[in-house]
Amino acid sequence: MDIFLQFDLPSILLGSLAALACGLLGNFLVLRKQALMGDAISHVVLPGIVIGFLFTHETSSWAMMLGAGGAAIFAVLLIELIRRIGNVEPGAAMGVVFTTMFAAGVVILEQTGTAGVHLDVEHALYGNLESAIWLDAYSLSDLWNWQVLMTLPESIKQLFVVNMLVIVFIVLFFKELKISSFDPLLSASLGFSPKWLGLSLIVMVAIAAVAAFTAVGSILVIAMFICPAATARMLTDNLKVQLFISGIASLSAGLFGYLLAAFGPGLLGYEFSVSAAGMIAVVAGLQQVLAMLFAPQYGVVMRRRRQRAHASV
Amino acid sequence: MEQFFAALTLSAGYNTALVCIGAALLGAASGAIGVFVLLRKRTLISDAVSHATLPGVALAFIIAQVYFDSGRSLPVLLFGAALSAGIGVLAVDWIKTHTRLTEDAAIGTVLSTFFAVGMVLLTIIQSMSIAGQAGLEGFLLGATSGMLKSEALTISVAAALVGLAVVLRMKEFSLLCFDESFAAACGYNVRWLDRTLLLLLLGIVVIGLKTVGLVLIIALAIIPPVAARFWTDRVPVLVAIAAGIGASGSYIGAALSASAPNMPTGGLIVLVLFSFFVVSLLISPVRGILAAALKHYRFQRIVHLRQGLLAIAHDEPVLEPLTRSILRRGGFMGGDGQPTVKGQSEARLIERDQKLWNLYREMHPEESHALADWSLKPIGEVLPADTVRVLEQELSPHVVRGGETSKGGAV
Repeated sequence: MDIFLQFDLPSILLGSLAALACGLLGNFLVLRKQALMGDAISHVVLPGIVIGFLFTHETSSWAMMLGAGGAAIFAVLLIELIRRIGNVEPGAAMGVVFTTMFAAGVVILEQTGTAGVHLDVEHALYGNLESAIWLDAYSLSDLWNWQVLMTLPESIKQLFVVNMLVIVFIVLFFKELKISSFDPLLSASLGFSPKWLGLSLIVMVAIAAVAAFTAVGSILVIAMFICPAATARMLTDNLKVQLFISGIASLSAGLFGYLLAAFGPGLLGYEFSVSAAGMIAVVAGLQQVLAMLFAPQYGVVMRRRRQRAHASV
Repeated sequence: MEQFFAALTLSAGYNTALVCIGAALLGAASGAIGVFVLLRKRTLISDAVSHATLPGVALAFIIAQVYFDSGRSLPVLLFGAALSAGIGVLAVDWIKTHTRLTEDAAIGTVLSTFFAVGMVLLTIIQSMSIAGQAGLEGFLLGATSGMLKSEALTISVAAALVGLAVVLRMKEFSLLCFDESFAAACGYNVRWLDRTLLLLLLGIVVIGLKTVGLVLIIALAIIPPVAARFWTDRVPVLVAIAAGIGASGSYIGAALSASAPNMPTGGLIVLVLFSFFVVSLLISPVRGILAAALKHYRFQRIVHLRQGLLAIAHDEPVLEPLTRSILRRGGFMGGDGQPTVKGQSEARLIERDQKLWNLYREMHPEESHALADWSLKPIGEVLPADTVRVLEQELSPHVVRGGETSKGGAV
């Protein structure tokens, strides 16, 4: 039991919390057809993280968070600038900016010799979920012990705070986010600027991406911004229900993904475990595939069956 | 620095030279194909393609290693990459057409899920403890340092072939990008053309994996066309410029990375390409920032000059400092702020011109609305002479009645 508490539980918590923060915000990105903003932001934070690291020489420091947040905002402004001034199509502007900033991150990383020692690019892509450990936990009752809880890894606490922020943001601005996602013109005429709301959404996305990024890697971040929200979008038309479903989908992906990665190969008789972050993303993708096929109203299989029934009548 | 120039002039060893030439060919081909992907507004699909190669590479490695004991064979790995990337593209298409999700969500889903599968497979490979697996890491960010001669040759030849295919199909692709339904009406199979375009893109991504790495390869297909777009509006020229930018950027980047240790090839190539983009954005005479600023400055001058002269004609004081300085520089206003003789006569002409323009707007509201340079140029330069004559008659009928012949001569 204490092995589970010390090694597995923190990783599950970390993965699920990262998934939840990204998954909830992802709903609005998917609705606004900005899904790839999550992709872009998870790439551009690399140079910010590297520079933050160079200042403090500590991993998972606040300087890294700050650097990453700065890089994300800088990237958003740069994309907007290139789009406006250069009259470049939005997708292309995004492509130019995020590849360049990622490249800059890679070059700084290799040139300053930080690579391989504390940080490396593979890390940034894959994350480091399994490294979360909680050595002070010995029994289940520790889960209710405040003092022991405070010894949870720093990254889990950070993600917890970020999750709270995300939930507060969504609850406070639910109406505004909803209207401006579905009908930006109506939102503008009602007097709240879709531009500012869009920007604050992106800032929240950046915060969530950064907090999740250092823990679980950029690929899981992208998957979590898109897959749970897309899953929920297949299942419902009601935004509140969609948010709820996407939250459940994120948490279940975090839980089952980790369990599959840690114990799946063991069940098949192999003696290794596979990348947990990767497996969480795979589970999220599978959930989405299931939803796309079998969703009661919009699923492909169900729609085809209805069509056939309709045709035979 | 010395080594950089050595690499640049192809005299830093046979292998380095081969790598640089391979990179240049790769950049040229990807720039060319990228033009059409950009014009079709499907730039970010290349992101899905490149990430979707990872599971193929890993699976090909495992199969080749277990059954043939030759996991590092480049063609086998690239074949696996192409296969899984192809499945990825089809998956994006399927999600887009069969579900209510939009293309961006489809791209994001495919790229993250496929990449995650690849990650899981990579951890399996790590636990298999086979020699030679280190080469796989190179596919993420590109590594040319340990590249074999045969590998560099494969890359060069394949890139050249893809580039050739793009040039041969240029007409069909332009048709597809600008007017899909016209292309269909001309008897081209649009669906198939679209697939061909994506197949060529896929080819470039796969070929570039080893040099640039899968995270950054898409930059090779995005940045050169976007930069080239600043310089021209014609497709063949666009393809040529994009290919040129791609080739020189990749060449310089590869040479730079060969000149010092710890220089990641992919990252440097992308940074060099970005600098080309910035230069294009700034100084292109067609759409660059400087050209736009210059145009704006000229426009501002014309408006201020005209408004200033109109004010003189109406005996109003000119207070706006910029207008005053423009008038003074043109010799229309003296140092004391009083109009000169030249200014008076010019003001008279402009006033008359403005009256004609106003009349034109009253008589032909639609046409004048459609004119871009309404009341900015002298009316005689914009409208045909007979229209102007009618306007003049309208403006002062009695004068024209009196001096018909002299008036006609003036126009």
